[in-house]
Amino acid sequence: MGTAVRSHPLEAADFVANDSRMHWHDKALWFVRAKRDKAAASVPEWEQLREAASQIKLHTLSRLPEYLEEFERNATRLGAVVHWARDAEDHNRIVLEILKKHGIRRIVKSKSMLTEECHLNPHLEKNGIEVVDTDLGERIVQFRNEPPSHIVLPAIHIKKEEVGELFHDRLGTEKGASDPTYLTEAARGHLRDKFMNAEAGMTGVNFAVAETGGVVVCTNEGNADLGVSLPRIHIACMGIEKLVPRTQDLAVFTRLLARSATGQPITTYTSHFHGPIPGGELHIVLVDNGRSQFRESEEYRSSLKCIRCGACLNTCPIFRRSGGHSYHAVIPGPIGSVLAPLREPKKYYSLPYACSLCGSCSDVCPVKIPLHQMLLTWRGDLAAQKALPWTKRAMMKCGSLVLRNTWMYTLAGKLARTFMPWMPRWTLYNPLNAWGKHREVPSFPPHSFRELYRKRQQKNHGR
Amino acid sequence: MADNSRQAILDQLRRTTLEPVALPDLRGPWTTSDDPRRQFAEVLAAVGGRAITVGSLAEVNAELEKIPAYQNARQICSRVAGIARANVDLDAAGDPHDLEKVDFFIAPGEFGVAENAAVWVTDESIKHRVLYFLTQHLALVVPARELVSNMHEAYQRVKLGQRQFGLFLSGPSKTADIEQSLVIGAHGARSLTAFLVES
Ligand code: SF4
Repeated sequence: MGTAVRSHPLEAADFVANDSRMHWHDKALWFVRAKRDKAAASVPEWEQLREAASQIKLHTLSRLPEYLEEFERNATRLGAVVHWARDAEDHNRIVLEILKKHGIRRIVKSKSMLTEECHLNPHLEKNGIEVVDTDLGERIVQFRNEPPSHIVLPAIHIKKEEVGELFHDRLGTEKGASDPTYLTEAARGHLRDKFMNAEAGMTGVNFAVAETGGVVVCTNEGNADLGVSLPRIHIACMGIEKLVPRTQDLAVFTRLLARSATGQPITTYTSHFHGPIPGGELHIVLVDNGRSQFRESEEYRSSLKCIRCGACLNTCPIFRRSGGHSYHAVIPGPIGSVLAPLREPKKYYSLPYACSLCGSCSDVCPVKIPLHQMLLTWRGDLAAQKALPWTKRAMMKCGSLVLRNTWMYTLAGKLARTFMPWMPRWTLYNPLNAWGKHREVPSFPPHSFRELYRKRQQKNHGR
Repeated sequence: MADNSRQAILDQLRRTTLEPVALPDLRGPWTTSDDPRRQFAEVLAAVGGRAITVGSLAEVNAELEKIPAYQNARQICSRVAGIARANVDLDAAGDPHDLEKVDFFIAPGEFGVAENAAVWVTDESIKHRVLYFLTQHLALVVPARELVSNMHEAYQRVKLGQRQFGLFLSGPSKTADIEQSLVIGAHGARSLTAFLVES
């Protein structure tokens, strides 16, 4: 923990090296972004909804302990068992204990970024439990032994031909077949089997309602519902920030979530679980894992408003062209770049720089998180925390010195204009200068702007 | 151990008092639909389902017979009275797994939402909620006058907080996880027909 991974530019370089794949990825996400725009534009009160969503989340955060207790009371009244987990370890232990108590060996799981965050799967597998991710995209990346590359579209980085190969190996589909309908049908058959044999089902939670004690899960495939309606045991894991106070608040969020995520008017299934299935058990695990600390941070608190719609990923020019895996974080993209350094600043120092500050993420965010502003704030904070590598710090120091002193700036310009045109090419285009890798410096003009301006003024006065 | 975590989380949260933020008033006004029935049908078509308006419950049988998946269905289960060919007795099924082979399920929907073609269904009248997801094809029978415009109105109607499973269901099961190609029939129903019954 805490040691640096390869920086984002280095990771992205691998992705960008395959030019046609990069453009393919870029286009696929832009397609989703365009659908989101259309859906958002079809709702006249869109901005009002965003504002309301933001207020609801801020309000809930401000009274979080009270709402958690209210939720616990109501959920318990309905027959659910509420567990509290301080961190990932706590969470994994609780889940394993529930499964062990019932002697369970096979579970199905629907998409949950939280269980990714806690690295639950390896923990359960180590303890002899078969965990099957049932969301199609998640199953694909699970087969490949990879983490999801996107929070809503886990397999967006994989081509259908590759899925075809994978399914041929794993599920015995025809060699060379890559038709998505055919492949999906194969997965349907394979996973039906897993559903029928599962002894417990796990889901994430999109929203939990304090006043009713229920949890809401949104999916398109129906995998979450199948997974927790056949077996008797349902374990729902949620971050403590998923709470909303009232039933009415769900209207705001269900109107925003799917439109922001994929451009659908609502997800196919929006399921409300209040209490366990008749004769069964519902366990709700409330997970902190750093959230209570994030909540204390004036600068980054509002990142806890996130409803994980993925819109900021789809719109981000960096994400689209570098792929989710280049972030090396559980959550990639703009929101991931805000969250990751909160946990491990040294490891993730490069993520707030994986941003052109274009602000598109903040524009699309349904809960109005000022993502690009936070990323800018991070740059200052990381420098202050000395979390940046010395090369970056030295460059920044030099830059700031030159920009603060007029004489140095003038001199540097003059020197560059005089000497650079005569210098050998390697002095500018070398491995130390990342900016020179794919770009050519425009040819140096003979005079600077200030020189030209001064001349002009003199001429005008002379007249 | 568990109690410790509970206390630790609450203590940590109470360490910092945040400035109060008011809960927004959600009474609107929100956009309403001029023609909920038309909007519902259009949106349902856009999400891969189909709405059929019928004059009375008696017509549902005839309309069902026109659907190829219904014609070919071997196991049919219904929670709507008067469906002629229903041959699976839900009450006889002791375990949800017994329903694996159901081809067609016809269920009542309480009301529909025009803005997103969602229909509110619950496990109140159906013993095994899994049937909404396990059946190969699904038809929902909704009174045509029971359509609301938007989700605000919808959540005014649902009564949460009782021990119950409730679901907004909009269209058939779908996925676009392979190269963003839309495929209908991921894990749940391969088709969804909503009958809007006028009387
Ligand atoms: S930060 Fe906003 S746009 Fe990004 S995933 Fe979260 S809610 Fe969606």
